[in-house]
Amino acid sequence: MIRFKDVTRYLGGRPVLDGMNLDVEKGETYVIVGASGTGKSVTLKHMVRLLTPDSGEVWVGDECVSRARGNDLAKIRMRFGYLFQSAALLQWCSVGTNVGLPLMEHTGMSRDEIDTVVREKLALVGLEEAFDKFPAELSGGMQKRVALARAIIMQPEIILYDEPTSGLDPVTSRTIDRLIDDMRRELGVTSVVVTHDLHSALVIGTRIAMIDQGRVIEVAAPEEFVKSTRPEVQRFLEAQYITTRGEWERT
Amino acid sequence: MLLTCRNTGRAVLMTLEAFLYLGDAFKKKNRHEVLYQLFITGIKSLGVITVVALFTGMILALQTGLELRRFNQEVNIGTAVTVVMTREMGPFMAGLIIAASVGSAIAAQMGTMVVSEEIAALELLSINPVRFLVVPRLWALMVMMPILTVYTNILGIVGGGLVGATQLGVAMTAYFDNAVRYAANKDLYVGLFKSVLFGIIITTVACHQGFSTRGGAVGVGIATRRTVVISFLTILVVGYIITRMFYA
Repeated sequence: MIRFKDVTRYLGGRPVLDGMNLDVEKGETYVIVGASGTGKSVTLKHMVRLLTPDSGEVWVGDECVSRARGNDLAKIRMRFGYLFQSAALLQWCSVGTNVGLPLMEHTGMSRDEIDTVVREKLALVGLEEAFDKFPAELSGGMQKRVALARAIIMQPEIILYDEPTSGLDPVTSRTIDRLIDDMRRELGVTSVVVTHDLHSALVIGTRIAMIDQGRVIEVAAPEEFVKSTRPEVQRFLEAQYITTRGEWERT
Repeated sequence: MLLTCRNTGRAVLMTLEAFLYLGDAFKKKNRHEVLYQLFITGIKSLGVITVVALFTGMILALQTGLELRRFNQEVNIGTAVTVVMTREMGPFMAGLIIAASVGSAIAAQMGTMVVSEEIAALELLSINPVRFLVVPRLWALMVMMPILTVYTNILGIVGGGLVGATQLGVAMTAYFDNAVRYAANKDLYVGLFKSVLFGIIITTVACHQGFSTRGGAVGVGIATRRTVVISFLTILVVGYIITRMFYA
């Protein structure tokens, strides 16, 4: 579904992605973990061409994103939903307008029809009552849930999540995790999740990839990932108090 | 130098792209934003413009009137004030005020949107930021700048009349009679032409600087300052070029 072929990208004179290869399959939740500054968000931004590789190619299905321009790029981007780390809601627009904006811009739906769909999506993320509020009136977690409603309103094939649970309390984090998992189970959406939160990664991921120095150094299903013998993976697991003693299982 | 040329080129291309989408502003879904920007640009700037225009006319009348009095020609301050206001000071003062108030606000808003990834979010929603953000502001400034310029002209001329009547002994009727008799339509049209260009310049500079913002809050501050400085300088230079084109 999404394929990186030897992608290299320099930022600030150093290679943030260094010949990266990865392959995300249709319908899976592919979680990317790794230390700060290893290129996780940069990887995500290449998938929708917010960044362009210095060398290598990024493919989505049979379309090369890294070479797409104009309308072709817009069409590819329409296949994606993107949840930004900062939520990136338009601050001067109400929640209803923020979520309904893609429908307003890309469909001929009436205002009433749009409002109905928006309320449905907001109900899905548990925020129906926030319809008339402005982003500044919401907490960080609520803003992320609104951003998720906006990301899914056009029913995209692929959703990219950049640190969806960072800065959130554990209860809200698990709510977001459940929503991500529901997307895959109920709607068959392909998801790529960038996170530091291994607990979350182990629950929602069908595969977990670890990035180090601009390359994928380990890809495995959660059950295998926790048993990885790579020292970088082990250090990462231990830092989050996840041990491989006994059997690890999903809750 | 190369960087300046590249930035200028990008800014001009952005504005040309905005012109391609000007018609979109009349679509039902966009009308509200255009009206809001017209309100922000026009109505919210009226207070400052009123004070500046009035005092510009008063200063002009006082300075020219005191000199003309030496030749017993103070009755002609009506012409002097009207010609200077309509040709130069009206569009110039309105341009400077709008650049400082509206231009800087646009740059700050766009810059903040870049920093908080709102512009990137728009791109990923396949919504063209130029069409969505620049076009309503371009319309607002192109429509409101001539209106504000006429308002500045009128208040400046009235301010001159007040000084003439109270300090130079020129009756109001004589002042306005003189003002109307010698003022040419060309002066008004050239001034309005300038004001439309100034509106385009302010939008171009402000939006481009906002979109080019890098580096968080500091970057937003730099974009805002640059917008005011570049707009002021460009307005001065373009104002001179147009004056030469039509009067030299």
